Amino acid sequence: MFAAFLLSLKQAGLPVSITEYLMLIGAMKAGLAEYSVEDFYYLSRATLVKDERHLDRFDRVFGACFRGLETAEGVSPRDLPDEWLRKLAEKLLTPEEMAEIQALGGFEALMQRLGELLAEQTSRHQGGSKWIGTAGTSPFGAYGYNPEGVRIGQQESRHRRAVKVWDRREFRDLDGDVELGTRNFRVALRRLRRFARQGAPVELDIPDTIRSTANNAGVLDLKLTPERHNAVKVLLLLDIGGSMDEHVRLSQELFSACRSEFRHLEFFYFHNFPYERLWKHNRRRHDEVTPTFDVLHTYGSDYRLIIVGDAAMSPYEITMPGGSVEHWNEEPGRLWLERLTSHFQRAAWLNPVPERSWQFVNSTTITRQLMGDRMFPLTLAGIDSMTRELGR
Amino acid sequence: MSEFRSTATYIATRDLEVAVNAAVTLQRPLLVKGEPGTGKTMLAHEVAASLGYPLIEWHIKSTTKAQQGLYEYDAVSRLRDGQLGDPRVHDISNYIVRGKLWDAFEATDPVMVLIDEIDKADIEFPNDLLLELDRMQFFVYETRRTVQARHRPIVIITSNNEKELPDAFLRRCFFHYIRFPDRATMERIVQAHYPDIRRELAREALNVFFRLRELPGMKKKPATSELLDWLKLLMAEDLPPEALRDKDGQVAIPPLYGALLKNEQDVHLFERIAFLARQGSHPRG
Repeated sequence: MFAAFLLSLKQAGLPVSITEYLMLIGAMKAGLAEYSVEDFYYLSRATLVKDERHLDRFDRVFGACFRGLETAEGVSPRDLPDEWLRKLAEKLLTPEEMAEIQALGGFEALMQRLGELLAEQTSRHQGGSKWIGTAGTSPFGAYGYNPEGVRIGQQESRHRRAVKVWDRREFRDLDGDVELGTRNFRVALRRLRRFARQGAPVELDIPDTIRSTANNAGVLDLKLTPERHNAVKVLLLLDIGGSMDEHVRLSQELFSACRSEFRHLEFFYFHNFPYERLWKHNRRRHDEVTPTFDVLHTYGSDYRLIIVGDAAMSPYEITMPGGSVEHWNEEPGRLWLERLTSHFQRAAWLNPVPERSWQFVNSTTITRQLMGDRMFPLTLAGIDSMTRELGR
Repeated sequence: MSEFRSTATYIATRDLEVAVNAAVTLQRPLLVKGEPGTGKTMLAHEVAASLGYPLIEWHIKSTTKAQQGLYEYDAVSRLRDGQLGDPRVHDISNYIVRGKLWDAFEATDPVMVLIDEIDKADIEFPNDLLLELDRMQFFVYETRRTVQARHRPIVIITSNNEKELPDAFLRRCFFHYIRFPDRATMERIVQAHYPDIRRELAREALNVFFRLRELPGMKKKPATSELLDWLKLLMAEDLPPEALRDKDGQVAIPPLYGALLKNEQDVHLFERIAFLARQGSHPRG
């Protein structure tokens, strides 16, 4: 019945399956959304979407499908970057100006033109009357005025036109676009879990109980042992800013998801290469820094050190004093990395850049040597080999 | 079958009503997620009350095992009874302790089960309950007996998103994400809880509340439950609405803010912003 809808959801990257489809059909049969398209929207959302990150994508596909439209060719399924559309200014149009704007002729023509423009356009645009952006008079974009305009990423209807529920796009903040599910990562990281017995004795130790009961001439003598706890300790250093911008969200997401896996997880940020200071809050990176020496002294050598960074920079940033792009560093970065790796015997570097391109970047090669070849790609297989290395 | 609607004490949006009714009609579990304090656990209580079903609550902790929801075999008691020569020891079923799900399955009337904060448990916990929730039956190895649900109970599961749930588990559920209520819904919620609150006080309090939520960098944004607690305090202290506002309408530190901000960093951040705002409005003093 709604096979086309299901297929477009699948194409948009939502993990829908036959089970959910049958469930939706069953619900429809039971008459749960009989006369109202809005109820049908809510029902299909509750059936087909299982993660709030997908809600926004679902809304878009629902809107497209039940308007009987196909996405214009050449338009990438991803939406325009949010900042393009953030409202910076609003152009006020006189009624004469509004009258001047002529519709380009039919919805289909608009969609086609939108596709062409999206293909042409590469940067953010605001104002003006041709490009897609905000507060302009072009038919594409938001916060503008054109009677047949296509609204992209607009929070609410500016000119009081009716907006359907799924067009409100209330869940866009939640769309994470996680290609590598954090669950997969976590399962890979589980290997790192070291079971150690610490804490209060709560579990029955059966062999010991049997032995001491026998010693006691058959009178029951219970013996308890502490429950297994995940005692692996992880110190995480994340490269932030510059070339890492596109990767850091993924890596941070991965490790924030792992917070529940590791009881002892500490993290710090650095920029390009670790020097004499690290920080906890990127927003306050200039006021609240932690000297790297303090980190070395605070966290014992039983911590496993994981550095996440692309290691792509000028080689001087590693080898020379004063090479840092941000501040004057008295000692070269390589010295700091050597200090870190000699204190934390079990250390690894995770690199979000694909492994095959490492050899073309001089600084990556140097870093890899400094790490004693313990550099792994930020993929499932890479994390797997990293945990095997760190678990040794 | 009666339908779930907003009640006098619980304001449900239309999407929530549809999701609950779908879960009830198709007898599938309903997974509810949302910010802490948006009323996930409350929802289960309200649905149970509105449908007239008894509610069996199973609160999950980090040490909870799936098996504990079905049954546990108390080997230690049996060993002790064996030592003391108690005749009960010959029947193993005397030492099978029923779990919450068993209770729900064996109930003579349909019941509702709340599995609260499923994400607190181990990552494999949901997988261990797949078959049990799907077929609503399980096998007791010790007595070689299959427990089958007389009526499929309605299952509501809440999660705070601390862990991701496995796909196979999600496929079997309906899903609802409780969005943070907008202002109009929030006004209805406040009305439902405190019908005799003064209009202006509620308005000013909501102003303060939504402004607080918009502050960047908050660790724990105050949610519905915090707002309701705070309003209760404000009413108990009988504060006038003007107390929530500075003379010139600037940001002021709200009285009794301890009910809204639960984190010393947030309090600190807020005090700093309020201080800066005040300095900005009265230059030089």
